[in-house]
Amino acid sequence: MRQDEAARAYEARIAALEERIRAFEASLGSAPAAAAPKRDLTGWAERWGLLVAWLLLILAIGAFKPDQMFAWRSYASMFGSNAMIVVLTLGLMIPLTTGDFDLSVASTMGLSSMLIAVLNVQMDWTITGAAFMALLIGGAIGAVNAFFILWFGIHSLIVTLGVGYFVNGVILWVSNSNTIAGVSMDLVDAVILTRFLGVPLGFWYSAVLAVAVWWVFQHTALGRRLLFVGRGREVARLSGVDVARMRAGALVASGVIAAFAGVLYTGMRGAADPSSALAYLLPAFAAAFLGSTTLYPGRFNAPGAFVAVFFLSTGIMGLNFLGADSFVQNLFYGGGLVLAVSLSQLIRRRRPMD
Amino acid sequence: MTAAPALELADLSKRFGGALALDGVSLEVRRGEVHGLLGSNGSGKSTLIKILAGFHQPEPGATCRLFGAEVDLPIPAGRARELGLAFVHQHLGLIPSLTVTENLRLSALATSNAWAIDWRWEHDRAAEVFARYDLALDPRAEVGALSAVQQALLAIVRAAEELKAHSGEPGLLVLDEPTPFLPRAGVEQLFALVRQASAEGAAVIFVSHDIDEVREITDRATILRDGRLIDTVETAATSHEGFVERIIGRGLAAYHGATKARPRAETTVEVEGLEGPGVGPVSFALAPGEILGLTGLIGSGADAAAACVYGAVRASAGTLRLPGRELRLAEITPKAALAEGVAYLPADRLGQAGVGSLPVGENVSLPVLERLKRRFGLFASDVTAHARRLGAEAGVKPNVPELPLSALSGGNAQKALVAKWLQISPALLLLDEPTQGVDVGARQDIWDAIDRAAAEGAAAVVSSTDYEQLAMLCHRVLVFSRGRVMVSLEGEALTKDGIAEACFRSLSAAA
Repeated sequence: MRQDEAARAYEARIAALEERIRAFEASLGSAPAAAAPKRDLTGWAERWGLLVAWLLLILAIGAFKPDQMFAWRSYASMFGSNAMIVVLTLGLMIPLTTGDFDLSVASTMGLSSMLIAVLNVQMDWTITGAAFMALLIGGAIGAVNAFFILWFGIHSLIVTLGVGYFVNGVILWVSNSNTIAGVSMDLVDAVILTRFLGVPLGFWYSAVLAVAVWWVFQHTALGRRLLFVGRGREVARLSGVDVARMRAGALVASGVIAAFAGVLYTGMRGAADPSSALAYLLPAFAAAFLGSTTLYPGRFNAPGAFVAVFFLSTGIMGLNFLGADSFVQNLFYGGGLVLAVSLSQLIRRRRPMD
Repeated sequence: MTAAPALELADLSKRFGGALALDGVSLEVRRGEVHGLLGSNGSGKSTLIKILAGFHQPEPGATCRLFGAEVDLPIPAGRARELGLAFVHQHLGLIPSLTVTENLRLSALATSNAWAIDWRWEHDRAAEVFARYDLALDPRAEVGALSAVQQALLAIVRAAEELKAHSGEPGLLVLDEPTPFLPRAGVEQLFALVRQASAEGAAVIFVSHDIDEVREITDRATILRDGRLIDTVETAATSHEGFVERIIGRGLAAYHGATKARPRAETTVEVEGLEGPGVGPVSFALAPGEILGLTGLIGSGADAAAACVYGAVRASAGTLRLPGRELRLAEITPKAALAEGVAYLPADRLGQAGVGSLPVGENVSLPVLERLKRRFGLFASDVTAHARRLGAEAGVKPNVPELPLSALSGGNAQKALVAKWLQISPALLLLDEPTQGVDVGARQDIWDAIDRAAAEGAAAVVSSTDYEQLAMLCHRVLVFSRGRVMVSLEGEALTKDGIAEACFRSLSAAA
């Protein structure tokens, strides 16, 4: 009898203790929620920081040059003339997400631009046919990159640097080192002359592409797989992802999109020259990295890249209004790239990443 | 007066959290002797070596004398050599892309300020050293191109030579498990080298799992169990049986796991003629609901067997038979295996199983993304909600899917990663060390999860060197040695000690 009572007493105590453990565990579970507001503030700053900085930049320069800085037409023409940088950045972002650098994007854009001019002006192809051919060649350059990177296991920096330089040679070859003017006005119409809400159509193409890339990264299983391939190749492989296919696909996509940037670039000027496109490699990298610090911090993301391109070009436009020389463009993009990477490094240190 | 011993350790203790990994251990190694250090997993022998090597600080009160001189523990890594102490770990510390000579003289070259290295002279000196040890090593060869045995020999020669160069004393060489991955003939060669080093006056501590090797090469041996010194014995006077008894221990009531009856169903998963790196040929079969353990001492190939079945490591031969399907293991990829309902959880939690920098939610949802899709694609809120549901079932704490995986403790990260695979209801679940570095509570949760999956009809393979886990979890355990299955244990024989004993006997049986 007494033993039974003792046992019951023990069971009661055990039940009481278990209750306390449950209460304690519940308090552990809700602890992160309680700590959330503080983290949300820095999270908010990270997320919207670049947009705020963009606004401040406009206000700061606008204080000195309100007539030009607060005029819609300044922005309309800036949006139109930077569309190909947005497109180039979006292309570059895809292999960056899967963990490969593509240094050949600017060369691909240059070749695409030159091919359209040669085929359309010198060989009398239709403009549609020429543009289609340029996209095809862009994809082929991506496939060549992928072949050397994946089949031989060479680092992407080396392969794409070499392929890019090779492509530069091809541009000089097909153009005889000449600028070719007189590309069909249909293309010029479709890119820069026709406007929607006052902004050239080229900008709207880049905006649509940005939405498409954002959709793929954010709202498809494919996007998640690409991300896993970049962050942990072995994890992705052991989770049943075809890593080689993902990386090859990303490189081909970046080639095609870079070639599309070349189509816009030609349409913007009605002509193609052998070298000017190559200067856009660094702006694209700067925008991709700066974009990765904002909106979806820590990830290469399309809206971030979109904002980053126009943040950088607004700065350059403003400095031009203030009377600065054309070299500020280099200062701004070069400095922007280093600052962007430092910034993203800061973010990574705050949250353990990679 | 006789010279002081090479090494005297006394009252060495080490506490990790609440557990005593070493409990007042003393060790004496005489000059010119080869001294074995034996014990099973968790016996404290690697803790002892790590204290000597300066990785851990022992509890206060320990004393250490090297060649009669009092030394403070831990010994700073830079000073060990001057004091006459050198280590050869299982990862030999060689740089594969450099030449033999560069590796041999690595520390001298790395620290000297020579402006003109005469490579011909260096190569000639290296050749002289190898001639002295009777080794056929080409000083100009790249180390990566050497066989495993040659690399091990080079590492030992380097340690012995550095001792000679830096210390007035004959030196103490610690060989930490140098043999598990070497073929038998290579072990002979390595032993000849060890004998020569000790003949020249060096003392050697030889750490091993392999009782036969310890009996062959050592003069005396010290056995540890559960952090305590069990015995120091004269090797010549101790039988194989004597060693086994001291390592495993008797007299205590055997710790019985829940002896589980093996499911009576017919086997549906068959692995036949599996051969891969370090394993094979091996065949085994499982019934649905069966949990099969694969174990063995280090280098036995038990872990490689599980990896090969999934294609994580490329097998060279073998077939996997599932109901109505036959797959060739030499061609299997993780993607193909997954499509047949085979899942694999690797032991390397943040290197192979999950990405630390990505949220828990995305990590666990990776295999079921297609299922979470709505008409217009995938939404982060759905991924998070799904992961929160899974996390709640698996008991992940804190159950916040937005956190990066690396923010969770080892046990909770592992619970999440086990849940990642259990949600696809695999027909065959392969787990490599599922509870390594996991706290006791999480360990039980993970075992329960595996049990539940088995009860629902999955066949599970658990490769582990944690004998207690195997005894608690498995219906049957296969003991591997040198890539082959030596024994199959089930029923009454399936206890922690029984498995340990089978492992230690397996090496002699395989030789």
